[in-house]
Amino acid sequence: MATIELDRLVKRYGKIEAVKGIDLHIADGEFVVLVGPSGCGKSTTLRMIAGLEDITGGTLRIGGEIVNEREPKHRNIAMVFQNYAIYPHLTVHQNIGFGLYTSKLSQSEKDKRIREAADTLGLDAYLDRRPAALSGGQRQRVAIGRAMVRNPVAFLFDEPLSNLDAQLRAQMRIEIKRLQQRLATTTVYVTHDQVEAMTMADRIVVMRDGEILQTGTPTELYENPVDTFTARFIGSPSMNLVPGRRDASGVVLGEGDIMVGVRPHDLVVRADRHPGAVLSLDGTVTAVEPLGSETLVHLDTAGRAVIATAPGKSIPPTGSRLTASAEPGSLYLFDAGSGKSLGRL
Amino acid sequence: MSAATHTGEHRLNTSGIRPGRIVAWTILLLGGLVMVTPLAFMLSTSLKTAGQVYDLRLIPAAPTLANYVEVLSDGRFARWFLNSLGIATVVTVSNVFFDSLVGYTLAKFDFRGRYFVFLAILSTLMIPTEMLVIPWYLMSAQFGWIDSYWGIMFPGMMTAFGTFLMKQFFETIPDDFLEAARIDGLNEFQIWWRVAMPLVTPALSALAIFTFLGNWTAFFWPLIVTTSSELYTLPVGLSSFAVAESIQWEKIMTGVSLATIPTLVVFLLLQRYIVRGVMLAGLKG
Ligand SMILES: Nc1ncnc2c1ncn2[C@@H]1O[C@H](COP(=O)(O)OP(=O)(O)OP(=O)(O)O)[C@@H](O)[C@H]1O
Ligand SMILES: [Mg+2]
Repeated sequence: MATIELDRLVKRYGKIEAVKGIDLHIADGEFVVLVGPSGCGKSTTLRMIAGLEDITGGTLRIGGEIVNEREPKHRNIAMVFQNYAIYPHLTVHQNIGFGLYTSKLSQSEKDKRIREAADTLGLDAYLDRRPAALSGGQRQRVAIGRAMVRNPVAFLFDEPLSNLDAQLRAQMRIEIKRLQQRLATTTVYVTHDQVEAMTMADRIVVMRDGEILQTGTPTELYENPVDTFTARFIGSPSMNLVPGRRDASGVVLGEGDIMVGVRPHDLVVRADRHPGAVLSLDGTVTAVEPLGSETLVHLDTAGRAVIATAPGKSIPPTGSRLTASAEPGSLYLFDAGSGKSLGRL
Repeated sequence: MSAATHTGEHRLNTSGIRPGRIVAWTILLLGGLVMVTPLAFMLSTSLKTAGQVYDLRLIPAAPTLANYVEVLSDGRFARWFLNSLGIATVVTVSNVFFDSLVGYTLAKFDFRGRYFVFLAILSTLMIPTEMLVIPWYLMSAQFGWIDSYWGIMFPGMMTAFGTFLMKQFFETIPDDFLEAARIDGLNEFQIWWRVAMPLVTPALSALAIFTFLGNWTAFFWPLIVTTSSELYTLPVGLSSFAVAESIQWEKIMTGVSLATIPTLVVFLLLQRYIVRGVMLAGLKG
């Protein structure tokens, strides 16, 4: 168990600056998720924490000690990889036991730990199998077991669920989260899946081009995105962003110096114009996606595509014209030039 | 590849015999005959007496094991056999170890001059053995290695071909496998030995088979570098049967027949690993 502190951490590959001096302090036992588009430096950051990548500049502290120059094995962290990295020539028992390779524990103590881990992960029945005879989810559990047995000070995950199908992903998400809460081990988790980020994180770190754009709890990021990038990245489906300008009563869409953001969930299709609305849009239905609890309605408003929602049981026909409106307090305003947030409306 | 599709294919193949198959089978059969005939004559000759050798019947008129008794009880044969066995084994172990060590380094470590080293190793593949024999000999003379086991073995202790083969195989191992081990605290040698090597067993088996066979049958260099008959390898020793006391075909053929046994054993032993290795690789992920 330990804190992890990144101070002005830099990684350069020749001329390319992959990580541009990021600051991040992770509390003991915290679950931090790094998100961002492909190539933004998430893996590089994680690999620097693990010690798999040399640090070009800045300092990295684990448990208060500077570990910039320390070998991975002396940092006592565990890492789970996207393709599991469990060995096909070893059994599940041996694979999990690999985490204790350098441990000074007695054989029986090691065996006990391996069995405990297998028990926690529901792998007891498979201890003698080889990875070839396991499902994707089971393989990922073996990788997690291997990380667990060592009682590391921190877990690092690099997109551990991206090779699994949607249902299994949802299940493993909960399992990992529950495990982390039980063990209270500091965790850094990389993903580019915003649902994973929202559901698992104590704190989300949004990265772009090697820099941190924003950090905050899932709710903070959802409610107060600092710019259009975070706004579009957090929340599914993505926030609608339409150019416009302010006026006395609220906002007017069209040419203007601001971007008006509204989440599909807050942009509701109604039978008639809603008098209290801060924003109303008329449009033609181009597609509908019934999700059961609500229906996503894709609208074409003056050549611009936006997504609105209708109550679950109503499915508007494509081609029909509709009005969608948003309640006060549900709009996000951004500067059209810089993309920076101008507050809510 | 499930068992079901396998049997399905099988049924399909045997259900109708097409003319193309007949041609193919005929060609294969002829090819097989051409390959097997010398071996059959080798065996047959070893079962004949000296007088019958030029009687070219495949089934000897009066088969006898007398040659085997004689050759096996001749101390020289046993000596040469053990020489060959020892040399081929040492060279094979050495190749499996050093070729893969260097191949792994070239495949998985970034260091200045890596490409140059690789090219230098590759370039030696392009020089025929016949051209190397003279420098080898001069080198042996210089260091006093002539007429010694080490003199026979040293040129083959590591090969460019083996290094190249192993490098290609190690490159297919995902880096994650090695990095996961690094995080678990293994040192670089342990990572190579405990993680990387088991993942390339098919390549190691192939390399071991090639190296063993190559050294078991090697003739030219051992002939040149040895002078005393106690150091002869089996091929060199058998050929001396031909020179010393007129040509005793039946003895030579008996020796050669016996000489095929270790190669068969090595192949049968390692072939299993090749097949299993291929299966492992195929089932993964
Ligand atoms: N070994 C390397 N040499 C040169 N550039 C590299 C190297 N590794 C990564 N990069 C560059 O560093 C940047 C960040 O890469 P990184 O792998 O951290 O991205 P990522 O956020 O993990 O992306 P993804 O979501 O696709 O995994 C990328 O532009 C990448 O091209
Ligand atoms: Mg990555």
